[in-house]
Amino acid sequence: MSTDGTTTGGVTTGGTSKAPVLSIDGLDVTFVTDAGDVHAVKDLTLAVAPGEVLAIVGESGSGKSVTARSVLGLIPDTATTNGAVVLQGNNVLTASKAQLRKLRGADVSMVFQEPSTALNPVFTIGWQIAEGLRAHNPKLKKKQIRERVVSALEDVGIPNAADRYDYYPHQFSGGQKQRIVIAMALALGADVIVADEPTTALDVTVQAEILDLLRDLRDQRGTAIVLITHNMGVVADLADRVAVMYRGELVETAPVKELFASPKEEYTQALLAAVPRLGADSRSGAGGAGAAAAARAAATTAEAGEAPAAEAGSTFGEPVVTARGLEIVYPGGIGKRDFTAVAGVDFTVHKGEVFGLVGESGSGKTTIGRAIAGLTTATGGSLDVLGYEMVGMKEKTFKPLRKRIGFVFQDPAASFNPQLTVGQCIEEPFAVHRPKMSDADRRREVLSLLDAVQLPTEYAKRYPHELSGGQRQRASLARGIALDPELLVADEPTSALDVSVQAKVLELFRELQDRLGFAAVFISHDLAVVDMLSDRIGVLYHGELLENGTGEQVLTRPDHDYTRRLIASLPVPDPIEQEQRRKEAARLRAAL
Amino acid sequence: MAASIENPVLAEDPAKPLKKQRASGSGLGRYVLVRFLLIIPTVWILTTLVFFLMRITGDPITAALGGRLTKAQLQERIEAAGYDRPLIVQYFEYMGGLLRGDFGTTVSDNRPVTDLFLQYGAATVELVFFALIVAFAVGIPLGMLAAYHRDRWPDAALRVFAILCYATPVFFAGLLLKLVFGVLIPLFPASGRASSGTELLMSGVVGPTRIYFIDAIRIGDFEALGDIASHAVLPAIALGLLTAGVFLRLVRTNLIGTLGQQYVESGRSRGVSEFRLVTTHAWRPALIPVITVMGMQIAMMLAGAVLTETTFEWKGLGFQLVQYLLKRDFVAVQGIVVMLAVIVALTNFLVDVIAALIDPRVRY
Amino acid sequence: MDILKRIPFQRLPIISHLRQAVGLQRGMLIAGLIICALVLIAAIFAPLIAPYGYAQMSYEEGGRFGAQQAPSAAHIWGTTVGGYDVFSRVIWGAQTAVSVIIVAVLLSIFIGVALGLISGYIGGWLDRILVVVADAVYAFPSLLLAIVMAIVISGGQSSAWGGILAAAFSITVVFIPQYFRVVRAETVRLKAEPFVESAIVLGASRTRIITKHVFRNATRTLPLIFTLNSSEAILTLAGLGFLGFGIEPSSAAEWGYDLNKSLADVTSGIWWTSVFPGIAIVITVLGITLVGESMNDLNDPRLRLRKRAGSKKKSAVKETA
Repeated sequence: MSTDGTTTGGVTTGGTSKAPVLSIDGLDVTFVTDAGDVHAVKDLTLAVAPGEVLAIVGESGSGKSVTARSVLGLIPDTATTNGAVVLQGNNVLTASKAQLRKLRGADVSMVFQEPSTALNPVFTIGWQIAEGLRAHNPKLKKKQIRERVVSALEDVGIPNAADRYDYYPHQFSGGQKQRIVIAMALALGADVIVADEPTTALDVTVQAEILDLLRDLRDQRGTAIVLITHNMGVVADLADRVAVMYRGELVETAPVKELFASPKEEYTQALLAAVPRLGADSRSGAGGAGAAAAARAAATTAEAGEAPAAEAGSTFGEPVVTARGLEIVYPGGIGKRDFTAVAGVDFTVHKGEVFGLVGESGSGKTTIGRAIAGLTTATGGSLDVLGYEMVGMKEKTFKPLRKRIGFVFQDPAASFNPQLTVGQCIEEPFAVHRPKMSDADRRREVLSLLDAVQLPTEYAKRYPHELSGGQRQRASLARGIALDPELLVADEPTSALDVSVQAKVLELFRELQDRLGFAAVFISHDLAVVDMLSDRIGVLYHGELLENGTGEQVLTRPDHDYTRRLIASLPVPDPIEQEQRRKEAARLRAAL
Repeated sequence: MAASIENPVLAEDPAKPLKKQRASGSGLGRYVLVRFLLIIPTVWILTTLVFFLMRITGDPITAALGGRLTKAQLQERIEAAGYDRPLIVQYFEYMGGLLRGDFGTTVSDNRPVTDLFLQYGAATVELVFFALIVAFAVGIPLGMLAAYHRDRWPDAALRVFAILCYATPVFFAGLLLKLVFGVLIPLFPASGRASSGTELLMSGVVGPTRIYFIDAIRIGDFEALGDIASHAVLPAIALGLLTAGVFLRLVRTNLIGTLGQQYVESGRSRGVSEFRLVTTHAWRPALIPVITVMGMQIAMMLAGAVLTETTFEWKGLGFQLVQYLLKRDFVAVQGIVVMLAVIVALTNFLVDVIAALIDPRVRY
Repeated sequence: MDILKRIPFQRLPIISHLRQAVGLQRGMLIAGLIICALVLIAAIFAPLIAPYGYAQMSYEEGGRFGAQQAPSAAHIWGTTVGGYDVFSRVIWGAQTAVSVIIVAVLLSIFIGVALGLISGYIGGWLDRILVVVADAVYAFPSLLLAIVMAIVISGGQSSAWGGILAAAFSITVVFIPQYFRVVRAETVRLKAEPFVESAIVLGASRTRIITKHVFRNATRTLPLIFTLNSSEAILTLAGLGFLGFGIEPSSAAEWGYDLNKSLADVTSGIWWTSVFPGIAIVITVLGITLVGESMNDLNDPRLRLRKRAGSKKKSAVKETA
């Protein structure tokens, strides 16, 4: 069933032929946290038509998740709520506990963000799905329950469902677990499913499959889906209509194509502009950026005063990092097999060059970054960092080189000592490597670094938890570049940040790199982000480097099927283009 | 951070077809073996520690008989027992003896320590068993109740009760129970394992287990059984309540932890009742850490048993230990302590295996 | 002391806890603090509060107290079988208990924390050996080990301060593994934290990392263990006393010893010799445990109670930049 016709008609006031399955009217939620009261949702009014996919989009703190939870009445007792959430004629907010129990699962159910925590590790998946059935029909016979569970599992594409009834969650992969969570939500035939960031914890290729599954379920069963997400690509892929939220307020609602084509509100426009688009802003690709890279390359080679290194296609200076047949193996301990995280990888990072490493979880990208910084031991092959062989490294001999390497960690909240002020943290490189430097000089350096990353200088006196995520990551960058390093390793520096903040941090990174000319290894799971920053991109898959070339090469002429699948699976923030890409991705998967 | 590195365990190969893993129980087998081997260093360290500590004070003969014998007599006894040899020789001899099951011979009454175990061990086992019943029956349901009513008045009352259980030394609880239910309102006998008639009867049992409860059932004497049971009530409550307080807290904290997990929310989102969420969905995963700590608590109960037995003149190992302490017979003390160490290590091992059996992540 | 200066007053343990606590948890915390304060007062001012000395058996003007006297005006809680005044011995007992706690807990904190930090951060063989030893000792019933230690240190019986020190040392040995385990576990966890790794990447020396980054963060839970162990120290001390390893009545008052002596009284219905020292133990442990438990709850965001929304005028809406 095509839903386009019914949904674009505008359901906000329920004026269409179909009455909404869910209507939220003037919802207002206030929470208590350690930092005081939080007015999470402010006077929100929304309606969802049968069979419609409504995406609620927003950044952290927008109130989208609270809205989702209030639909099921899953808000903690300490919160105060006003307004109404009407499902099947019942107001969820005022329903009794017994009414809520009846309604949950049967009328509305939920798909959670993290499938590995949404499944109980000590019960079989069959038992867990059956729990919902038993809760609503205590009279069901064992055999009937089993049949219904198996058919629910088959509906979400779990092969050999009958055999797997008695499996435990840890025996499934991440994508399969999410399918099981969806099966749970569907088992009782709910008309509305609230999916709270259903693909955020998954790899891109798996995400594409789960999105397809949700779309199929909607098409076949006419289940309405409330999709909570921060990912514009996911919205473009699945949603019929979009509601944008910002700080608890509804910014605008529009059918998906309309929203992407002509966003009305300023916030929506800014949000869409901040989303990295694959190939649109490529650093290495054709156009201005490429020319700039060439210019920079020329400058660095001139500086180096010799011919560029042997690596084909590269016009940069001498190598800073060279990996030849690099292997990294984690010893398995007693009775466990060793785990090979990186298996024979070759690459070179030249002076002044940004090398992007992209891959899904388990690909070994973080391990390589850590090995370059001497945090993980390289066990085989050769890894040359600034002329030092990292295989068999000794901390004592490597230490003098450390001041020439900067590192930016993924989680800005955890990478600062909570007991020290931001200033003390940024000062640390000087304290370690220039012990003779006077306090006044150090302070001056810290202030100029804060200035370089566009943070107010008075932030030096604050504690890390008093800064926002983006501000902390700026401070983290400041610490990384404090000693003017020749090499910077950035491990997923923006994956914990909101899109708009990410855009600013990436811009800052770019600017700093242009100005200071350090070589960088930029690690990310997001191909679009890597493409924005990198001169060359390496694609890792299960410890092997499948691609190694400029962004343009990798994106348009990939060598491997996996890369093609990865590119096709990445949803783009454009509903029309995404429809095309979806077909391409399905074709590639079918060819597997 | 460590978790976000490519974790060998989490990084499953999606390309690899999911094979049936149930048939191979090798994960559990290996775990049990490794865990069993860990008993050896534990016991070895404790015995070595106790041996050398006890010898720092001098030889056991002088300690026990110092005042009563002349210097020459003492010297003779010391040489006869071999305490004049180098300490390291004595140590190896002692360890060798342990391997053969020889825990030494008491100085004061010249009995092998193993005999003491055969004679008095059963009484201690009986006491700990009854106390455990009390601890489980009181601690677990009340802990669940407290978690269910979290932060409301039943929870507050139960927590104060738990802290009181824990704050009351077991011998004081014993004294109070004796005072109230043994003397002021004489409902139960205040001391001993049985009245003298029953004791006599029990000593006549052929092939005794020395666990009176079992022996009484075997000879089918229900009058004796009633007598034994009534004697066990107060000591079991005294020792059991102490542990019940710990269990209550343990169950409450762990249940609150698992109740906050997403999978409980997931159950709730599908209409599962709060009662079932507490008793099943949250309870089973909470059980794994609870069982491990409970195992340690059972070991700690042995120390409690020493005090309880003294309070109630319950003639078990703990009671004997104190008697030997007062007689300053340190060979007996050392023997009993070392043997308790072995029992503790074995108990913890068994409990860890049980916890592993409950956890499917280890089982499969 | 440099460390203390840099931490603002509000961030000190207990004070920060008091500020955070609401409702029931606040009640528990305050009740615990009051009890602890009372015990401390009894300990410090024992000579002023207690009408008689701990070893006093006769009136200054002559004449013995008499044994097992029921509570009266002269002896408000009666006298013991040995002819001591129960009330005075209970008050003096607080002094013994507090001294033992202070010596025992301080010693075990210092040794345990140092070993835990070094073992956890450096790892290797030293770490493995220490862990196995600590685990072995930890799993062993602490009272039994304390008995062994008491034999070693004092040969069983003791006098004056020797007794207090002996008891304290025995308890110390038992508790070192507990501190060791906690601090080591924290250290190992912190070692993998990005902020420690970022110090490694910077090339900071081991001593700098341990002192500047690990130590302060690893010891944040210590006040909590401190309270939990203090209560256990009192129970162990009383247990030792009850088994006859306590301090001789002539050198100091000790609750466990008095309880041991009152064992026989109970059967003949003499309640005052056991009930008062017993309650003293319960109250002291209760007070310390209440403080520890509420601190534990407040440290754990999952267990911390929160005010209902809108209950306070503070409605600072959280901003996310």
